[in-house]
Amino acid sequence: MTQHFVRENLLAARPPLKTQKGMLAWMQHNLFSTPLNGLLTLVSLVLLYLLLAPLIRFSLVDAVWNGENRSVCLGVDGGACWAFVKAKFSLYIYGRFPADQHWRVDIVYIMGLLGLVPMLIPSTPYKKYNAIFLLVVFPVLAFVLLYGDRFGLSQVDTSLWGGLLVTLIVAATGIVASLPLGILLALGRQSKRPMLKAASVGFIEFWRGIPLITVLFMSSIMLPLLLPGGAHIDLLLRALIGVALFSSAYMAEVIRGGLQAIPKGQYEGAQALGLGYPQMMMLVILPQALKHVIPGIVNSFIALFKDTTLVLVIGLFDMLGMIQLSFTDANWIAPNISHTGYLFAAMVFWIFCYAMSRYSRFLEDYLHTGHKG
Amino acid sequence: MGFRGFNSGALQGQVFALYSRLKSRAITLYRQNPVLFGLAAFAISALLLWAVALLLQGFWHLVTAPFTFFSDSAGFAINQTLLPYSESSSYGRAFMVGLLNTLLVSGLAIIFATIVGFIVGIARLSPNWLVAKLAMAYVEIIRNIPLLLQLFFWYFAVLRTLPHPKNSHALLDSFFLNKRGLFLPKAVFDPAMIWVGLAVLASVTAAFLLHRKNRLNHIATGHRLDFFWRWVAAISLFPVAVFLLLGLPLHLEYPALGRFNLRGGMQVLPEFIALLLALSLYTAGYIAEIIRSGILAVNQGQKEAAAALGLSRSQSLKLVVVPQAMRIIIPPLTNQYMNTIKNSSLAVAIAYPDLVHVTMGAMLSQTGKAVELVMLVMLVYLSLSLLTSLFMGWFDRKMQLVER
Repeated sequence: MTQHFVRENLLAARPPLKTQKGMLAWMQHNLFSTPLNGLLTLVSLVLLYLLLAPLIRFSLVDAVWNGENRSVCLGVDGGACWAFVKAKFSLYIYGRFPADQHWRVDIVYIMGLLGLVPMLIPSTPYKKYNAIFLLVVFPVLAFVLLYGDRFGLSQVDTSLWGGLLVTLIVAATGIVASLPLGILLALGRQSKRPMLKAASVGFIEFWRGIPLITVLFMSSIMLPLLLPGGAHIDLLLRALIGVALFSSAYMAEVIRGGLQAIPKGQYEGAQALGLGYPQMMMLVILPQALKHVIPGIVNSFIALFKDTTLVLVIGLFDMLGMIQLSFTDANWIAPNISHTGYLFAAMVFWIFCYAMSRYSRFLEDYLHTGHKG
Repeated sequence: MGFRGFNSGALQGQVFALYSRLKSRAITLYRQNPVLFGLAAFAISALLLWAVALLLQGFWHLVTAPFTFFSDSAGFAINQTLLPYSESSSYGRAFMVGLLNTLLVSGLAIIFATIVGFIVGIARLSPNWLVAKLAMAYVEIIRNIPLLLQLFFWYFAVLRTLPHPKNSHALLDSFFLNKRGLFLPKAVFDPAMIWVGLAVLASVTAAFLLHRKNRLNHIATGHRLDFFWRWVAAISLFPVAVFLLLGLPLHLEYPALGRFNLRGGMQVLPEFIALLLALSLYTAGYIAEIIRSGILAVNQGQKEAAAALGLSRSQSLKLVVVPQAMRIIIPPLTNQYMNTIKNSSLAVAIAYPDLVHVTMGAMLSQTGKAVELVMLVMLVYLSLSLLTSLFMGWFDRKMQLVER
């Protein structure tokens, strides 16, 4: 008689070995896999403690949050003086814009945000109108609102603009101007006409070869000398021209990389369809090329955003300039205010730049519709 | 081209006719009277040379005329000079001092940034989770904060808040750190030191020759020289022996606390330290990413093939991975080096006497020669970046040759 053994229900899965799952196994695998790794982990922990502990103590534990003047911050040793940042906050955001006119700056900030956020979310509709608003309507409205002198608004001279406002204006102008200029330059560099090509190459290499500081010096010192009749141009405008030209050269190189990645067959296909040069570029080549280099474009935006701080060298007060200026206020002089101010500036700049780089990574994944590998 | 048809054929014909008539005259003269021909040829070439020299001189004058003020006395002091410089030195000398200061700080920053960048880049690939995350945090923080802000932090928040010279942080009574900078012992060479220098030169040459011989031998026979390392040891000991035999021809001058400041030794300016720190740490963040992506870009199959051939991990790294990664790493790395040189111009914000600070500061305000000076500074940076792109082109070609 044969015996049959048929199991009627499955055995419950056994828990994994202690050495393969759970916190301890993870630590064993990732932190202490070899003696050297264990040592490295310990050294890193010590390093982390040495860096983080003073930072937390400075910025949170020993910090002074409220106060009217320097007296609250003088007593504490080695703590942040956030009361100082609070008192100077409007200086950092609005510069010396007249206090009763701050609402104009606020409206500009809100308008920019309302235009920008739907532009950044890929699924929102009406991208074309959104772009027209952001690139054409918004700058005009923002200028009218900020500068005033018409529609019953009082005039606010650009020398009173400052802080985050100037940082954003310089960065936004550089970004908005550099895209079209950069595309034109990149196309010029690829052109078969020798003069056009030489001019584009020369222009790009010139601006890429010199530091932004010399560009700013040039625009602030030389531009008035070169213009006829000693025409007076606003200092901010001069800096904006310099920044726009400088960043368009970098943008051109990024876009050229995208153009080079387009296979020849795309050009030939477009030509076979009977498209002329402008149509071929607008409808076939550029959409693909720009998609290729979006991460590069965002990276140059980040670089430009960080570079806006240099305008303080020619006497414009961007956010860093305002922070630097606020240290000289006799009402607040204390040993810890410079640390506090720089920490605040670092946080603001970091948030902007990190957000941009995260967005570029998100966009890279989102647009990755081609077939890879 | 539009102007090709414009009578140019006729003009060319005329010029050519004149040329051939002169040529046949010259040949006839040479045959009839060689001496007269020689004299005439000499006279004509001398005349031509003179004309060219005149033209060149005129051109030189035209170019240098705006810069004649360069030989005037500058009259301002510079607090860090690699060349002998005083207030009575010329503007040209001041310009050179500024240029050398730029090159010094960017050269050192490039070296430090490369070292730190390599370490951080490799740490990002570490199997150790904590080390990799720490390296990542470093890169993400450093790269997303403006360099100028980092420079201000190091200068105004760290170095300017150091104690007065009287209460310096001291190490071993020979290194002092205070508000006025870092004070180090200065090496003072005795005249006999030249023999040690020669010995070092000789042993470097010998080591180079030995290395070459070893390599040729390796290529020819497949064997390395057995006694190679012993020879290397002997060669490197030679200068040390000379140094000892000459009775230590080198002494250190230590800084000592004077009444108001430290005297003697070598002073490193706080501006210099701040700029060096900010530039090195900032650039290191970028270099780390370049290193990481370069190593990651080497095909996994290459590492597996190296392992299959029986190469050890270190051999595989040295002979297979790093040479291929280098090809990807070096072009963006050169770019970063160029950026470092350009970024060193931020010195102007903390008054480190670099090229931009010297020329755009005191020199510009004293002479008022804005256009000339801005042009000249741009020219310097342009030629530096031209040199870099020439190197890049050379490197690309060299790499393409290696590729099969």
